[in-house]
Amino acid sequence: MCLAIPGKILSIEESNELFRSGKVSFSGIVKEVHLSCVPDASVGDYVIVHAGFAISRLDEEEARVILDYLEAE
Amino acid sequence: MKYIDEYRNLNSAGQIAESIAKITRKPHTIMEICGGQTHAIMKYGIEELLPTEITLLHGPGCPVCVTPAEVIDKAIEITTHYSTILCSFGDMIRVPGTENDLSSARADGGDVRVVYSPLDALKIARENPDKEVVFFAIGFETTAPVNAMSVVQAKDLGTSNFSLLVSQFLIPPAIESILGSGRSQVSGFLAPGHVCSVTGCVPYEVIARSHHVPIVVTGFEPVDILQGIYHCVKQLEEGRVEVENQYARSVRYSGNQPAQKLMAEVFQPAARKWRGIGEISLGSLTLREEYAAFNAEKRFGPVRYSETDSELCVAGQVLQGLLKPADCPAFGQQCTPDHPLGAPMVSSEGACAAYYKYQSNSRTSIHKAKS
Repeated sequence: MCLAIPGKILSIEESNELFRSGKVSFSGIVKEVHLSCVPDASVGDYVIVHAGFAISRLDEEEARVILDYLEAE
Repeated sequence: MKYIDEYRNLNSAGQIAESIAKITRKPHTIMEICGGQTHAIMKYGIEELLPTEITLLHGPGCPVCVTPAEVIDKAIEITTHYSTILCSFGDMIRVPGTENDLSSARADGGDVRVVYSPLDALKIARENPDKEVVFFAIGFETTAPVNAMSVVQAKDLGTSNFSLLVSQFLIPPAIESILGSGRSQVSGFLAPGHVCSVTGCVPYEVIARSHHVPIVVTGFEPVDILQGIYHCVKQLEEGRVEVENQYARSVRYSGNQPAQKLMAEVFQPAARKWRGIGEISLGSLTLREEYAAFNAEKRFGPVRYSETDSELCVAGQVLQGLLKPADCPAFGQQCTPDHPLGAPMVSSEGACAAYYKYQSNSRTSIHKAKS
């Protein structure tokens, strides 16, 4: 149920905060996603999306930390 | 898919499994809370990569599994006794209520629709102003913000034919309940990364301190889960007790504050029954009085709770980590995904369904795991 996947923001429709949404690409599959709870996310950022709603902005530096650590092993 | 494939890399998983084997000296029992993590563990055979000293137990983190049969009965009543459109996440459709499930209610003529988001259900309400549209709002903290957003938007838009049948649960009280039962064998937890993306790490620090138990906030891919286990084992071996964040690419220490604000505006904690487990103090959410107009229980009558779980089904004990699915005498016999006796055999996140689907990958019994 708590499935959420990362997608890249392609565009943001600037409307009032309650209805802030945008097009998000999941490896080419584009869905409309509600963005009001990720106010710091902009076009080109990755967001973690659950049930059509972004619950966080993906921190790309943090994502690299694990992978760099594994590559260094 | 970027930010997923990298975390499914076999070589990386093998490296971490080796690191875990190197640091493990004593036996440890670790519980992953989230059903999504349970399925990943079974699917990728993660337990088989671990030293035999480590036992994994599976927690209650499947909202489909802990939604009481009586709430499903209410959803069925709403769709069969009233002229409504009942919208639900797909997972809920085949979960048995007391006697029936939503798929049979649909076969009997009920207008039951599977949606991807409560915001889609709100759209259906706006397109059908002459019909009552009810969204079956199940979930943990991950789903609470979007469920909350649907009624905030409905209020703003004046969509009065939309309501929620709420079955929302909270993870920290469930962990407290497991640890406080006096029967828990769990020595460390993997906390659910998406729940924590909303709530942050703070609620888990109190639990770690008061119960002296390490908690590692963990993601959902095999590399994430193995890393979560590594950090948990390391704390246990070193005698440390902390909340660590393995899933920092999504989880901030204080969580998602706009989402927390939204949840708090719409919902308030309440004590309600969890299926198979019973009532957990402040373990659920209900709509606040300000949003009572969007409460399906106010429109169609309250859910009437009773104890009706199947005598054969031991789901409650599985959900609390007291048994593994294969310890149930009905597992794979009277209870299969085609004929489920309990919700964990139906849900795509239920532990029993995971064991049934991937059982060749598992240390199937808690007893076998310990022998």
